[in-house]
Amino acid sequence: MILDVTELTMDFGGLRAVNAFSLQMDKGEIIALIGPNGAGKTTLFNCVTGVYYPTAGEIRIQPPGNDAESIKGLKPSTIAHKGLARTFQNIRLFPNMTVLENVMIGRHTRLKAGVLGAILRDKRTRQEEEQIIHDSFRILKKIGIEQWANNQAKNLPYGAQRRLEIARAMATDPFILLLDEPAAGMNPHETKDLEELIVRIRDTEEISIFLIEHDMSLVMSLSERIYVMDYGKLIAVGTPDEVKNDPEVIKAYLGEEVSA
Amino acid sequence: MKLEAVKRSALLAMWFILLTFPVMVVRVNTVTGVVQWRWSNLVLVGLGSFVISLVWNWALARTAGRGGEAAEAGATDEATGGSGLRIGERMSDLRTMLSEPRYRTPAYALLAVVIVAFPFVMSLYQTNIMISALVYVMLALGLNIVIGLGGMLHLGYIAFYLVGAYTYGILNRFFGIGFWVALPIGAALSVVAGILLALPVLRLRGDYLAIVTLGFGEIARIVMNNTTKFSGGPQGIGGIPRPTLFGLEMGLLGVTRYTYYIIVVVVIITVFVVYRFENSRIGRALAAMGEDEIAAQAMGVDLTRMKLTAFALGSVWAGIGGVILAARTTFINPASFTVWESVIVLCCVVLGGMGSIPGAIVGALALILVPEYLRAFSDYRMLMFGAVLVVMMVFRPGGLIPKRRRSYTVDVAHEEEVVS
Repeated sequence: MILDVTELTMDFGGLRAVNAFSLQMDKGEIIALIGPNGAGKTTLFNCVTGVYYPTAGEIRIQPPGNDAESIKGLKPSTIAHKGLARTFQNIRLFPNMTVLENVMIGRHTRLKAGVLGAILRDKRTRQEEEQIIHDSFRILKKIGIEQWANNQAKNLPYGAQRRLEIARAMATDPFILLLDEPAAGMNPHETKDLEELIVRIRDTEEISIFLIEHDMSLVMSLSERIYVMDYGKLIAVGTPDEVKNDPEVIKAYLGEEVSA
Repeated sequence: MKLEAVKRSALLAMWFILLTFPVMVVRVNTVTGVVQWRWSNLVLVGLGSFVISLVWNWALARTAGRGGEAAEAGATDEATGGSGLRIGERMSDLRTMLSEPRYRTPAYALLAVVIVAFPFVMSLYQTNIMISALVYVMLALGLNIVIGLGGMLHLGYIAFYLVGAYTYGILNRFFGIGFWVALPIGAALSVVAGILLALPVLRLRGDYLAIVTLGFGEIARIVMNNTTKFSGGPQGIGGIPRPTLFGLEMGLLGVTRYTYYIIVVVVIITVFVVYRFENSRIGRALAAMGEDEIAAQAMGVDLTRMKLTAFALGSVWAGIGGVILAARTTFINPASFTVWESVIVLCCVVLGGMGSIPGAIVGALALILVPEYLRAFSDYRMLMFGAVLVVMMVFRPGGLIPKRRRSYTVDVAHEEEVVS
């Protein structure tokens, strides 16, 4: 088990956005979290990545080659350093920086050069800088957006911006990649490309993937296990087929028949 | 289209005449009870606002990419996308030209000759003006790190300038410490002050940060105003020695030239350091933080450390500038460190182009030197200052020399063998 969320609860004032939610993830898995709008999916993501401090519960990770540890309440930058990288539901690139620079920021946490090194520009700093450019370009190539390397991120087509977010997250060398609605706003063709990309990332980079998605065809064909959330609570978990036929899930999505 | 513009301007002129009528035309002499009608003013206001409105609209149409000339000639084809005023286009042409070594080396050589020869060719007065302009260049470069890169609106920057100046003033007054010793101490104390300010404002952003820093700037000034025994209060500290050179005796002219060279060297060091910082791992992370804090954090950028670094590295230059200011004027008092000074430095950065090093330099030189040479129109200085800022922000919102993103070249042939 590489990610273990137990009884996680998050309150905003009187509103319980996530209610005693538990989730486990194994190495090399692709799991999905689905649920109606406002169910608390993104809040759960924000708790796991340190944007919010959860009210109760525990989040533990087991990075490859390290002991299991709790990441509850750590700073987002520390969690990123520990190997959890994420993308955002509403694209949050650095719009005025170039595509390559966006990815170079992702490398930030894996490098050391400080202010003094920057000013003196000693041999190690220069080598490191060359290495960043090199690595970042290679990641762009893997994701397939290297032709835009020196364009400003805001000038990219929508689908490419989504891919750039994934590239930037991959640059942090994560062992878990958290994707928040990666296919939102994409056309069927782009979605298909994305599906291939996600599988490729899992297979070649040994990165486990945890995604939130509304595109059911993508979720069903991609994920090995699906967690369904409604009103902050876990209502079902299982393989795509199990979840598809679960009465609770159908109720959450379609509502109940009114018995008059 | 053309007639429409004239109509609109005429209407605007009518409106202005009406608006200014009671002030500009009617004058009542309350002593003699005579009403004086100044009809010539009415004509002037009308004509003036008409012409200004026409020019304004024409320029706006040009920036919108409509191409004023094309419309005039009645050309039916789409005007080629010439955005920005013609001056702007020329300037970016110049920049592209300067990036070629063939032009760059002679241009830099010429610049170096001008800088070195300046105090010998120009008068003492001119040299003095240039020194204060160069101090502002330093301030603008420092503030540029916080605002241009880090995206944090800092309105109390002048406080660090004050820290530098008072460090030298007070240390000299009580301990007789000289310029060269005070310089690093002033810089260090400014950094400390920068970090002290950054600590409480780490969680703040945007407007809130602006207000807190504004308050900090005022606190620093008021403290100096009221601790009379320590800082001389409103009277300030006088008789601060000018920079020395191994105990060499220099006349006023000599010492001014010497100060000029000191500040030139310090500015060059500033440009060098800021340039290298900007293109480094930390500089890039700071720029990312300026663009989107949440995304930067999620990518592993530690916001706390970044903000502290930005404030520390931004204020060090203000501290050095302050020490040089104290040495140049030999007298400091709190009145030199008002909010207005912070605003001027901010204007230098914004006018020059946020995040752009050449922008900060040109912006500071323009904002400090132009008013000095327009002393003849001193009554209208502030009016012109405001008008220039408005015009700039409408027609060239990126600043005089907007920031250019660096593009990286990757050796593709080499890449092929790496990427399987």
